[in-house]
Amino acid sequence: MLSAESIEKIEYELSKYPADRRQAAVMSALRIVQMERGWLSKESISEVAKYLRIPEIAALEVATFYNMYDLEPVGQYKITICTNISCMLRGSDEIVEHLQHKLGVGFNEVTPDGKFCLKEGECMGCCGGAPLLHVNNSEMHEFLTTEKVDALINELNKG
Amino acid sequence: MVKTSNSTVNGRPVVKTDLAGQTLVTLRTLTEENPAALATYEKLGGYAQLKRLVTEKIKAPDIISQVKLSNLRGRGGAGFPTGLKWSFMPRYYDGTKYLVCNTDEGEPGTFKDRDIIRYNPHQLIEGMAIAAYTLGARVGYNYIHGEIWQDYEIFEAALAEAREAGYLGENLFGTEFSFDLYAVHGYGAYICGEETALIESIEGKKGQPRFKPPFPASYGVFGKPTNVNNTESYASIPWIMQHGGQAFADLGVPNSGGSKLFSVSGHVEKPGNYEIKMGTPFKELLEMAGGVWKGRKLKAVIPGGPSTAVMPASAIENATMDYDGLSKAGSSLGAGSMIVMDETTCMVKTLKRLSYFFYEESCGQCTPCREGTGWVYRIIERIVDGKGKMEDLDLLTDLSNNISGRTICALGDAAATPVLSFIKHFRPEFEYYIQHGKSMVDGK
Repeated sequence: MLSAESIEKIEYELSKYPADRRQAAVMSALRIVQMERGWLSKESISEVAKYLRIPEIAALEVATFYNMYDLEPVGQYKITICTNISCMLRGSDEIVEHLQHKLGVGFNEVTPDGKFCLKEGECMGCCGGAPLLHVNNSEMHEFLTTEKVDALINELNKG
Repeated sequence: MVKTSNSTVNGRPVVKTDLAGQTLVTLRTLTEENPAALATYEKLGGYAQLKRLVTEKIKAPDIISQVKLSNLRGRGGAGFPTGLKWSFMPRYYDGTKYLVCNTDEGEPGTFKDRDIIRYNPHQLIEGMAIAAYTLGARVGYNYIHGEIWQDYEIFEAALAEAREAGYLGENLFGTEFSFDLYAVHGYGAYICGEETALIESIEGKKGQPRFKPPFPASYGVFGKPTNVNNTESYASIPWIMQHGGQAFADLGVPNSGGSKLFSVSGHVEKPGNYEIKMGTPFKELLEMAGGVWKGRKLKAVIPGGPSTAVMPASAIENATMDYDGLSKAGSSLGAGSMIVMDETTCMVKTLKRLSYFFYEESCGQCTPCREGTGWVYRIIERIVDGKGKMEDLDLLTDLSNNISGRTICALGDAAATPVLSFIKHFRPEFEYYIQHGKSMVDGK
C-alpha cells in the first residue's frame, strides 16, 4: 500500500500533465516511493504501476533504465561518487580509495551494519565543484577532500 | 579558491567566480544578495519585458525577428540558431502546443544551467513565458538533471513564486495569454539531454531517442508541436527583449552572438562558470580561471564537453572562444564546457574513463552504438591493462568511424569523437602504452 503521504506527492506530480497522460508521472512516482522505502522492490514498482493505471512492464522499464533507481537495498545512506573526467582530474580516485578504506566496502556493497552503500556515479553536472558526491540521490557535497569526507561520514554515523 | 559570498540560496552559500571581466546576461542576479529571489530579479527589471510584450500585444514575427537578429545560437551544444528554430513552430494549430526546456546537463564538464536554475531561476521562467507567448504554447516543462535535487527544489519554489505573482497561470496581466510551467525531474540518464529522448522521458518512458523527422516542432510532447531549447538559450531572451537583438549580437562576434556561460573544470586554479563575450581569447578565459593549477603547463583542453574534439595546447592557445574560432582551430564550442588538462595527465587513462562513460550511457537502441561503445571501452581497458596490441589503434579508429553517423541520435558521434581525437593528437602516448605496458606520463 502506498502511504497517504506518497499518494499526495504523486497526485501533485500528476497535476503537471493532461488527465489522460498518467504514465508521465511514473518517474516521479517511482522516485517518491524509493525515497520513502529506501529502494524499489518488484512489489513497489507494481504498486506504482497499479496506482497510475499503466502496465507493470511500463513502470519496470523506467525503473531499470534510469541509473538513480535502486532495485536492491542500498542501506541507510547511499553515497554516489562521481569518477568522470572533471572529478577524476581533481582527485576523485583518491576520494574513492579513502571512502572504500574507511567504510570497508567496494562499489555496490553495503556495510554490514546496513548504514552505507557506495556507488560509482556518472557526471552529475556540477563539475565546477569537483570532486563531489551525493547522498541518497539528493544531497550534493562538493570540493571534497579526505578531511571533508571524514567529517561527512562522522555526521551521518550520528544520524 | 572559489569565492563564496555571504548570500545564501535555500540555506546553502552562493558559490560564484570573480565577476570582474564578465559580461553577465543569464546570471545577472549574481551581483546581488539573494540572487534567486523574485524581488531581486524584479529590481533588475525582471518580468517587465514579458509584461510589455503581452500587454502591448507585440506580434510574434516581430519578436522572432529580434531573436534572429541577436545571433543567439542554441546553448545546449548544437548551436542551431534559436530564432530560426522558433520559426519552425506551426503558427496555427488546433490544440495544445508545448514548450520544453532542456536542463538535463549530463555532458561531462557542463554545469552552467545548474547555476541558472539555482541563482537566477526567474530569468529562465520569464524567457520561457516570452517564448510561450511568441509561439502560442499553453504548457511548458523544464526537465532538470536528476542529480541536482536541491537545485530542482529551488526552481520549484521559484515557479510557485512566479505563479503567486501572476507571471504564470491563466489570463496573465488581464489578457487572453495563459501559460503553465512545470518542473520535471530526471533520474540519471545522459541520453535524456537529447531532445527527443527527453520528450520520451517527460511522457514517462525510457529515454530512447526518436527518429527525426518528424521534428519536435511538429511532433513533440504527447505528439503535439513542441519547441525545445536549452536553459541558457531561454534565459538569454529577456535580455534580448530588453536591449534589442542587435545589442546582443554586438556583445559577440559575427556568427556567435551574445555573451555565453563557459563552464571551466579540471586542472585550473579557479574552476566555475564564467559568463563572457563570445570571441574572447582562450588565454583570457584561462587567466580568469586562475590559469593551470599548481604552476604546471597546459597539455590539452576539451573545449565543449567530451563530444567535442580534444585540442592539444598548441592548437587552442591562440583560439577564440566562439563557434567559428574553435571550429577553425579544429574542434567546436559545444556547450562551452571547457575541461583543462595539465602536463601530468595520462591521455590513455583519460580516454578509458570517457569511453566507459559512453558505454554506460548508450541507451541500447542502435546496434552500432550499443555494441560499439562496449568494444571501444574493452579495447582501451585492454591497453591500460598492459595487454594492448599495436593494431588496436587502427581498430579503435575503424570502430569509431563505424559508430559515427550510423545511429538515430548524436550519442554515437559523440562517443566516437574523443576516441578519434585523442588518438589523432596523442598517438605516441598510446603507442608507448602498448609497447611498455605503462603510461608515458606517470610511469604507472
